Amino acid sequence: MTGRGVGDLQNVKLVCKAFNRGGRGGTPRRSLRKIVGFLTICVTCLLFSSPVSAQVTFDRLVNAAKEPQNWMTYSGDYSGKRFSGLDQINTKNVHAMVAKWVYQTAATGKLETSPLAVDGILYATAQDDRAFALDARTGRPIWMYQRQLPGDIRPCCGRVNRGLAILGDKVFLGTLDAHVIALDAKTGNVVWDVAAADYRTGHSFTVAPLAVKDLIVIGISGGEYGVRGFIDAYDASTGQRKWRFYTVPGPGEPGHESWEGNSWKTGGAPAWNTGSYDPTTNQIFWPTGNPAPSNRGTGRAGDNLYSNSLLALNADMGKMNWYFQFTKHDEHDWDATQVPVMIDAGGNHLIAQADRNGFFYVIDRTTGKLISATTYGKTTWSDTKDAEGRPVANNQSSPTLAGRTVCPGALGATNFMAPTYNPQTALFYVTARDQCDIFSTAPQPYEPGHAYYGSAYFPSDEAEPYRGFLKAIDPATGQVKWQFEHASPTFSGVLSTAGGLVFSGDAEGNLIAFDAASGKPLWHFQMGGAVYAAPMAFAVDGKEYVAIAAGSAVYTFALP
Amino acid sequence: MFRQRSIQTLIRRPAGATPPPGLSAAAMLIAIIILALSGANAADDRNPFGRDPKAAKAGEYQFRINCALCHGLGAHGGGRGPDLTRPQKKHAHTDAEMFQVISNGIPGTAMPANGTNGQGVGMTDAEIWQIITYIRSQEVKAPTKATGNAGHGKELFYGDANCSLCHMIEGKGGRLGPELTAVGESRTRVAIIDSVRNPSRRLAWGLAEATKEFPQEYETVTVVTADGKEIKGVALNEDSFSVQIMDTSEQIHLLEKDKLKSFQKSRQSAMPVYGADLLNDKDLDDIVAYLSSLGAK
Repeated sequence: MTGRGVGDLQNVKLVCKAFNRGGRGGTPRRSLRKIVGFLTICVTCLLFSSPVSAQVTFDRLVNAAKEPQNWMTYSGDYSGKRFSGLDQINTKNVHAMVAKWVYQTAATGKLETSPLAVDGILYATAQDDRAFALDARTGRPIWMYQRQLPGDIRPCCGRVNRGLAILGDKVFLGTLDAHVIALDAKTGNVVWDVAAADYRTGHSFTVAPLAVKDLIVIGISGGEYGVRGFIDAYDASTGQRKWRFYTVPGPGEPGHESWEGNSWKTGGAPAWNTGSYDPTTNQIFWPTGNPAPSNRGTGRAGDNLYSNSLLALNADMGKMNWYFQFTKHDEHDWDATQVPVMIDAGGNHLIAQADRNGFFYVIDRTTGKLISATTYGKTTWSDTKDAEGRPVANNQSSPTLAGRTVCPGALGATNFMAPTYNPQTALFYVTARDQCDIFSTAPQPYEPGHAYYGSAYFPSDEAEPYRGFLKAIDPATGQVKWQFEHASPTFSGVLSTAGGLVFSGDAEGNLIAFDAASGKPLWHFQMGGAVYAAPMAFAVDGKEYVAIAAGSAVYTFALP
Repeated sequence: MFRQRSIQTLIRRPAGATPPPGLSAAAMLIAIIILALSGANAADDRNPFGRDPKAAKAGEYQFRINCALCHGLGAHGGGRGPDLTRPQKKHAHTDAEMFQVISNGIPGTAMPANGTNGQGVGMTDAEIWQIITYIRSQEVKAPTKATGNAGHGKELFYGDANCSLCHMIEGKGGRLGPELTAVGESRTRVAIIDSVRNPSRRLAWGLAEATKEFPQEYETVTVVTADGKEIKGVALNEDSFSVQIMDTSEQIHLLEKDKLKSFQKSRQSAMPVYGADLLNDKDLDDIVAYLSSLGAK
């Protein structure tokens, strides 16, 4: 199903293009009447075309579900569902899907970008803060931007970027040298550029920002460098910072007592994955990452708030309404930086999050109270739950000098890869990993801009090989309804569509379409490079496309 | 917030740059003397830490964090990376060469350039030098001379022990198992003996995802094709939909999984267990001596 109104307008635009083509190839003997007729139609075209390239308003973002041909935020809409309302490609015809175009970014390394699609234009990013706009029908670039980065940036985990935000006539990029920049959506020219923090102390941005009202919300990376994490909001027009929420409370603030001594100053709790937003309560839900040093609790006794937490922030002020901490006093690098997915079921307003620590949590998003926590993969760190139902760490999980095997391993039961929730099947789909690692302490002093782990991890010689899955979880029960085992673990995100399909990639380079109900693979395509990105869907000229980044390129697929 | 500048800041400063403020003249003088002294030695000694035990300790932690995943705790080699306690290394001899290898990686191998393995943070120059100091401290100064008879080991390798049916050295031998020309210079004697006595204990590890396109894991695969034919061999590569197998007669089979009657994969090595009954300690020692002699070239 595509937005009929826009589709009609695009048909008019096509007529106009045809006339333009006629105009270019026309003969000088064309009669005045013809020319007048042509001009009349073209003016009509322009009038009717203008909404097609209309600005992306906050209202459009709130009502993103009404225009499923567009994909205007990182997760497709504010709810974080990564669900597309398009159904042209469905379980019956997906076997015929073919590659339509490929855009080579010329970047090396992992591509983690999730493109935006707005009115026939695709906006995406690549390594080293490249950004580009493509003709969504052909993959031909409209503009390209690459930031001139300082030579001494040291981003933690690849020179990656997960995508852009769009608002008005601008797109927004967080950079590896910790700037937030606005680019003109039509030209890629820099409109404003502000420094959020000093990159030399290990701050960087890799996250796709989220546009809310007239603000650009973005969270910092740098948990491996002992930064003090924060979430910022910038005025989309001027770049002026409107608020900052420090994810590690300072002296006098509630939660400060959860840090030993001065450890809060280097406490980590970065915010490097995109949150979701509830317009009805004007709350932003944003997840945070590991405390620092990531794998050593000595010296930072306490719960270490608000590391590994989900934060509910007032969008206008950045004030915290509630928090929920998934892993207290983490010593395994189990960032809670997964996209929080808003689900409304049976009159309940919930958030579901499959956490890196191996538990699937359902939380009441009005109060922040836990509803359920169930394992969805191999976990050994917790055998009991507290009074609120929260999994509690056992005494066999802290890293030791000799080393201690713990599951999940350092990469987690899942990680940053985007999950999806399909309202039609009422299932939550997530990429999962069964892996155990030996965690061994390796104390490090804090030095600005230096790695700050405090421990190391290794695969065990005797450990079972790592296993990777796509799992379909029923949020009502926490049960895994079906799972597909990949040839090896993957970092691919997941998309679900109204066509009854789930799309995900794998480490071997396949994009795979699954039956959302049964998990049966219905189609696959070998893209020739490992997937670290999440798929998305859009439509142009009434044709549905699925897009995903793999290797060094962005691929699109559609019916022939 | 920056804390006071460290020796690391000093080292990274280009020659002739203004001294950092706050560093006393005396400290600066000492630093200059240290640098000058180390510069007076061979290129080997560009390492500003030399063999300083304190730096070696710092380097040990850095090693655990950045290197041990492949090279093992104590630098004795892991399932992926060579043993670094051998004084003779394939790709680097001097400290300066080691620095280059750690910084830039080794093209065509699984050794990534600093900061590019996609997991974890890159090291500073100072941290790399500390790691080198640590590796030097772990080197076995007088490597135990191979006690075996390399000549006899070679005879066994290509003869009665049947190694060459599956393993190739310098272009001669079989293709089913790992190529062994460089094994003597990258694995310890203990590791080689262990993989002969217990071949399934540790298959090659697939690499971390960022570089996982790389070497095979030598998993044993048994399939039955649609027409009922059984094929047994090792997986050269595999994804969810296809598998590339080399069978025991070195034939390559390119198969689509959905067209197979059955597909079974195992981490039981295709290599037979060489117990003492099949290969006594003396003969095994001779084979290890032969493999090590290749590395000594």
